[in-house]
Amino acid sequence: MDGLAVLREPISAGDTAWMLVATALVLMMTPALGLLYAGLVRAKNTLNTFMMSIGALSVVTVTWTLVGYSLAFDKGNGFVGGFKYAVLRGVTFEPRTGTAIPQLLFMVFEAAFCIITAAIVSGAIVERMRFGTFLIFIALWSVLVYPVLAHWVWGGGWLQQHGTLDFAGGVPVEMASGFSAFAAATVVGARKDYGRQALLPHNAVYVLLGAGLLWVGWFGFNGGSGYSTGHPGVLAFTNTLLAPACTLLVWFVLDLLRDRRVTAIGAATAIIVGCVGITPAAGYVSPMSAMLLGALAALPSYAFIVWRPRTRLDETLDVLAAHGIAGFTGILFIGFFAQLSWNGTANGLLFGHAAQLGWQALAALAGPAYAFAGTFVILRLLGLVMPLRATEREEALGMDVVQHGEQAYMAGEGAILVAPDVGVDAPLTIARP
Amino acid sequence: MVKLVIGIVRAEKANDVLEALYRADVKGLSISHVQGHGGELDRVETYRGTTVKMELTEKVRFEVAVSEEFVKPTIDALCEGARTGEVGDGKIFVIPLEQVIRIRTGESDQTAVTPVSA
Repeated sequence: MDGLAVLREPISAGDTAWMLVATALVLMMTPALGLLYAGLVRAKNTLNTFMMSIGALSVVTVTWTLVGYSLAFDKGNGFVGGFKYAVLRGVTFEPRTGTAIPQLLFMVFEAAFCIITAAIVSGAIVERMRFGTFLIFIALWSVLVYPVLAHWVWGGGWLQQHGTLDFAGGVPVEMASGFSAFAAATVVGARKDYGRQALLPHNAVYVLLGAGLLWVGWFGFNGGSGYSTGHPGVLAFTNTLLAPACTLLVWFVLDLLRDRRVTAIGAATAIIVGCVGITPAAGYVSPMSAMLLGALAALPSYAFIVWRPRTRLDETLDVLAAHGIAGFTGILFIGFFAQLSWNGTANGLLFGHAAQLGWQALAALAGPAYAFAGTFVILRLLGLVMPLRATEREEALGMDVVQHGEQAYMAGEGAILVAPDVGVDAPLTIARP
Repeated sequence: MVKLVIGIVRAEKANDVLEALYRADVKGLSISHVQGHGGELDRVETYRGTTVKMELTEKVRFEVAVSEEFVKPTIDALCEGARTGEVGDGKIFVIPLEQVIRIRTGESDQTAVTPVSA
């Protein structure tokens, strides 16, 4: 590192303090997502579903520090970064170019993004995919899919060079997870009773609590994506409250029109859709535009969630609707409503810069295409060397008992303590009647 | 003569049994979640340092009160829905009922177990 660069770009104590907090907020989103997903599945799959998010915290942290960060944020070429920062070589207390925070902090903030994105994909394949295979899948996915898309929009890749705007991850996080989920559900296949029996959420309180905590975490996710305490971060932070609030309101109305009742799980879904919709646009549109975006984002995602269960596609927790489609809406919305007077970067079509819409539209096509294709190929190849899913019998028993040897809800009776020095295969010494 | 058919089946097969019973036109039934042990292998679970054998397994208990001619179809449906071929598929008990009363109308026995629509 040359000393002059340090003098030109000093570390800002304020920015660093905020980004430390924002990183912790984003990290909290992964267990929150685990809680949301655990509530949405049947009781016998609670732990397995939660563990997929916990698994991402472990596996993706390792892949990210080894190569993922470098592939995303080293200069490289227009498609993917190089290996300059592999094993965190040169990632130190010196500021990341264009920011006033240590690159080490920038790296860990971005790590939390890759972790939650991998965890989100699990929503497509819960209740049937083998746990070990899932961990191998996200290890590959977090190297081959996420860093490439992050490079395109943030790491100096071709979309960023052409001026595509993506504040906090419409392409690498939201559309990537949504369309990867689509591909994963296609390759892994439907649960054995899908379309034949009602497979219902078992705890709506988890769902609401998970969604609520995700929303709180999203203030770090969007608010931190300006990497500073400057105007974009403050605007993004504010819009993270405004947009989902409007999504919720529209969702309530849609629920009322459909069934004359406002549903709790619908509300949780609306929070996610609103947060996702504003994610790419958060630091680029005015507060009033953000509210409009929140309201608009509800419509396509709601329609898709109503339609999807009528198909054969068991994309179990509707990741495509909540992340893929809402992310698509947000990315395109920037093309119309970006406002130079608010973001200091670019205008959208409505403010006289039509070309912006073109680059947003290209990102909205290229991002999903790469995510779908990448995930499809990874899982197909993985399926050649190991089974992707549990057997029908294991699926019936529930993944908690089969994959983890634990249950989420213990009745407490009938458990016989195995003395450590005897082992599980010793004959039981219980009184016979 | 009215009989009570009690079927204790694997929890994960309960939906299959319900389907089979509906196909057999058996309309009135109750279920309850019970725990039991039928000679199947013990499941071993570990919680931190504690390893346990789970002696009791989740089962679902069906209770169906039927007239004589429905006893066979009910038993067949229970077997068809609940069978996996492994130890632990469950048991069916059939016992005679002294009296059956439909609370709403006060009807008794045969008429009380005949579905309204039939």
